[in-house]
Amino acid sequence: MRRIGVFVCHCGTNIAGTVDVKTVAETLGKEPAVVYATDYPYMCSEAGQNIIKDAIKEYKLEGVVVCSCSPRMHEATFRKAVSAAGLNPYLLEVANIREQCSWIHKDMEAGTAKAIVLGRAAIAKVQLNAPLIAGESPVVKRALVIGGGIAGIQTALDIADAGYPVDIVEKEPTIGGKMTQIDKTFPTLDCSSCILTPKMVECAQNENITIYSYSEVEAVTGFVGNFSVKIRRKARFVDENKCTGCGVCTEKCPVKNVPDEYNLGLSNRHAAYIPFAQAIPNVAVLDKNRCIKLTKGKCGLCSTVCSAGAIDYEQKETIVEEKYGAIVAATGYNPIKIDGYDEFAYSQSKDVVTSLEFERILKADGPTDGHLQRLSDGKQPKTIVFVQCVGSRESGSSHGCGKEYCSKICCMYTAKHAMLCREKYPDTDVYVFYIDVRTPGKNYDEFYRRAVEQYGVHYIKGMVGKVAPQADGSLMVQASDLISNEQLHVKADMVVLAAAIEPDKSARPLATMLTASMDTNDFFTEAHAKLRPVESPTAGVFLSGVCQGPKDIPETVAQAGAAASKVIGLLAKDKLSCNPCVAHSNEMMCNGCSSCANVCPYGAITYADKDFSRRQDGSMIRRVASVNEAVCQGCGACTVACPSGAMDLKGFSTSQIMAEVDAICK
Amino acid sequence: MADLKEQVLTASGVNPLKCMRCGKCSGTCPSYDAMEYHPHQFVYMVEKGDIETLMKSESIYKCLSCFACIERCPRDVEPAKLVEAVRLAVIRQQGQNHLKPQQVPEMLDEELPQQAIVSAFRKYSK
Repeated sequence: MRRIGVFVCHCGTNIAGTVDVKTVAETLGKEPAVVYATDYPYMCSEAGQNIIKDAIKEYKLEGVVVCSCSPRMHEATFRKAVSAAGLNPYLLEVANIREQCSWIHKDMEAGTAKAIVLGRAAIAKVQLNAPLIAGESPVVKRALVIGGGIAGIQTALDIADAGYPVDIVEKEPTIGGKMTQIDKTFPTLDCSSCILTPKMVECAQNENITIYSYSEVEAVTGFVGNFSVKIRRKARFVDENKCTGCGVCTEKCPVKNVPDEYNLGLSNRHAAYIPFAQAIPNVAVLDKNRCIKLTKGKCGLCSTVCSAGAIDYEQKETIVEEKYGAIVAATGYNPIKIDGYDEFAYSQSKDVVTSLEFERILKADGPTDGHLQRLSDGKQPKTIVFVQCVGSRESGSSHGCGKEYCSKICCMYTAKHAMLCREKYPDTDVYVFYIDVRTPGKNYDEFYRRAVEQYGVHYIKGMVGKVAPQADGSLMVQASDLISNEQLHVKADMVVLAAAIEPDKSARPLATMLTASMDTNDFFTEAHAKLRPVESPTAGVFLSGVCQGPKDIPETVAQAGAAASKVIGLLAKDKLSCNPCVAHSNEMMCNGCSSCANVCPYGAITYADKDFSRRQDGSMIRRVASVNEAVCQGCGACTVACPSGAMDLKGFSTSQIMAEVDAICK
Repeated sequence: MADLKEQVLTASGVNPLKCMRCGKCSGTCPSYDAMEYHPHQFVYMVEKGDIETLMKSESIYKCLSCFACIERCPRDVEPAKLVEAVRLAVIRQQGQNHLKPQQVPEMLDEELPQQAIVSAFRKYSK
């Protein structure tokens, strides 16, 4: 029997308030194997840790039980302390008498009794603990950023700046993302392109950055420090190395009626196109669904006019395989589809637009060359109504496309839109219907107040109930004004809907590939909402930008930098120490049934035919499981699935668990 | 008063605390100007327990029972159900239907939309 020491923590009054810690220490001190038991107000403090270290030496302890908070909180702390005193760190057990005992009980007597039982279980388990040694795995010093919007760009630039190679995978033909489509940025009203384009160019020129545009992640295997990723490079039918971006093919292409994605379908482009003037890479793409040559085998005009000889109708998509130490998800967002909101007449009138469409109308390279115009008749609108929270803050499924969360960016960009309208066209009457104006952020509320006070935008507390297109081309807006308690009827020329935002559709399948968790809204979940906001719970996967939750550009850039610093911290290490509490298979008991491999979520189990021949028994080759300890995360699923009991988890072996149960039931 | 509120909440199945005061119900309501208390006020007044005021108001008969407010409410509050529940509270106090089935045929009009007839039954009978 091992010599065990027991250390009971008060955690101030957190534990001592509902558990009689002295009694716990005394009672556990009488357990057969326990040679020393004590209590202390804060076991995690330096003084507390010294008590443990001193006791290990003085009483020649061979196992330590700390009765304290959850092991998630301080297991690492106590393992270090035990290790400093010369004991293997895995000869420590933590009995959780806070989260699972004192915090959930009110009765001192019952709480104390339960704490004693939890302590006994830990004592029984630690008797069987094996001294484990953590293995090491190497770190591939290269990062992958998935998504080339401002989040991905900033993360890539920061990682590259630290000297590590980083690849950006962007599904569109150019990097830049949503920010390329935006006219001005709040609260300073600087031009979005003017601040973004230099960063895009920097990405293209930085020798540490490789841009895989028009590409998607196809498969991800491996684990932190050693991911293996397949990237599918879609065929753009233009040789990226030869194309000079002169644009002649895009002018000559006879197919002119393809809805332009950059302008959200508000204008048309050719089948051969460069998304916009500042595209990175500045390389043309042939739309394979619309190009006459690619669909019907005729035409070929672009090839004739291309002086660089870059057009390649035979180009095939290719798969690039690369190894990475860290992966950053930066997949971004889209406005939701608002066709379900019949009351706003979005599908009925061209003059009812979403806010992103309105950005395109305001921007110089948009469908109206930056002139504020109605899309129906090109006339300048005299009255514009902005509707906030379209699809945000909705419960239930009244429309089937609403989101329960606040999209966060709409209040500010609507104030910006209203302000820009009044600035450029002072004779325009601008109404903003709001539920709440939410403007936390540096200089944000001041910005909104400027829209009201300086620019005379009519902010009305209430919601639009109905937009009815009139015969004269105007839009009758019926809304409530809750402050004056009346129903308003505004004859407007244009209605702008602040549609909710949602994660990009590519995020969900990507999360599956990365085994990264998501919430019900398809936003990536962070490892800890407060303390680890840019890390996914899956080791080696980091989060940047709106894929983690709604945020504006300043916040996105800040988070992108934070994600980069986490990546840099990981890539700076040559080796990672692995969790030694992993599964292993007893080959003598394994019958090769594959049950364990089928349930393993990490693909850590492989099978091999092994020679078990012995002279007296003759030849015997058997198929047995083996665990890749670097990939195994120690979840234990295989130990439950194994029908022959061959799979066991180090640190949580079946015998240890049974010993705990026996101690509890005693 | 607390009992009346309880009765209205039970009869309607509405939880007024779900309301986020956006006013879309009142922005939608086609009968708004005819009503003394508007849909969003119904929700708030029921929440405060001010049922008697609503019971005395003509507003409960001015509601068309078109349910546009129910359809449009982003938080599934269902204001029209509250209006109906208050109306029901009045009718039940009187211990009788507001409308006798026999009276109905002679009140019908060729032009009357079906929905209005159905709504009338909802409004004027138990």
